[in-house]
Amino acid sequence: MSILHTINKSPFEKDSFQTCLRYAKAGSSILLIEDAVYAAREGTDVSDAVKAAIQDKSVFVLLPDLDARGLNSNLINGVQSVDYAGFVKLTTENDTVQSWL
Amino acid sequence: MKYGIMINEGPYQHQAADTAFNFVQAALDAGHEIFRIFFYHDGVNNGTRLTTPPQDDRNVITRWSKLAEDKNIDMVICVAAAQRRGIVDEGEKDRNKKDADNIAPGFRISGLGQLIEAGIQADRLLVFGD
Repeated sequence: MSILHTINKSPFEKDSFQTCLRYAKAGSSILLIEDAVYAAREGTDVSDAVKAAIQDKSVFVLLPDLDARGLNSNLINGVQSVDYAGFVKLTTENDTVQSWL
Repeated sequence: MKYGIMINEGPYQHQAADTAFNFVQAALDAGHEIFRIFFYHDGVNNGTRLTTPPQDDRNVITRWSKLAEDKNIDMVICVAAAQRRGIVDEGEKDRNKKDADNIAPGFRISGLGQLIEAGIQADRLLVFGD
């Protein structure tokens, strides 16, 4: 069974991002939305953790939320951008959605 | 695909009410069905018609009301969360002897069973909140 994990808080504000990485299994998908998009950037304290996650999971970031914060540059290689239509598509491709709040 | 949506955050609080709205819109655009939107905790504040945001800002509440009317979506506010926060429909007004009601068009007040039913009936249940 595949799970889509959504995270909406910055990893520098809450530990839901780290908790998600700890629980998410290989093959699952992780979507960064709202303030969690900070985690998609290269050169932060959590970049290494994101790169490690990409080895066996798919990591996505919601493009409109990146754009809203002026952060659509210097993204970690392998992090895939999606729009809202892509968000919806991810929920159909996975069996269930876990929202980390 | 059939979606249940749960919203736990109020309007103008952070971003969850906006994210949820954009998701619902995108899901409808893709031809999916929204079985129900359930407003819980501070999310019940999405359902008061008395808010007056500045004219150049989005109106989160009327946006929901219009969506419910246009797309015939069932929008349910949790009764216990609503009582705590002063979200009142006509029935609740009479029952609790209040001098007014404030529920916005398209919303109805009901119980947690509606959330459970959405979880059972929908193919996916998404939670938006703080």
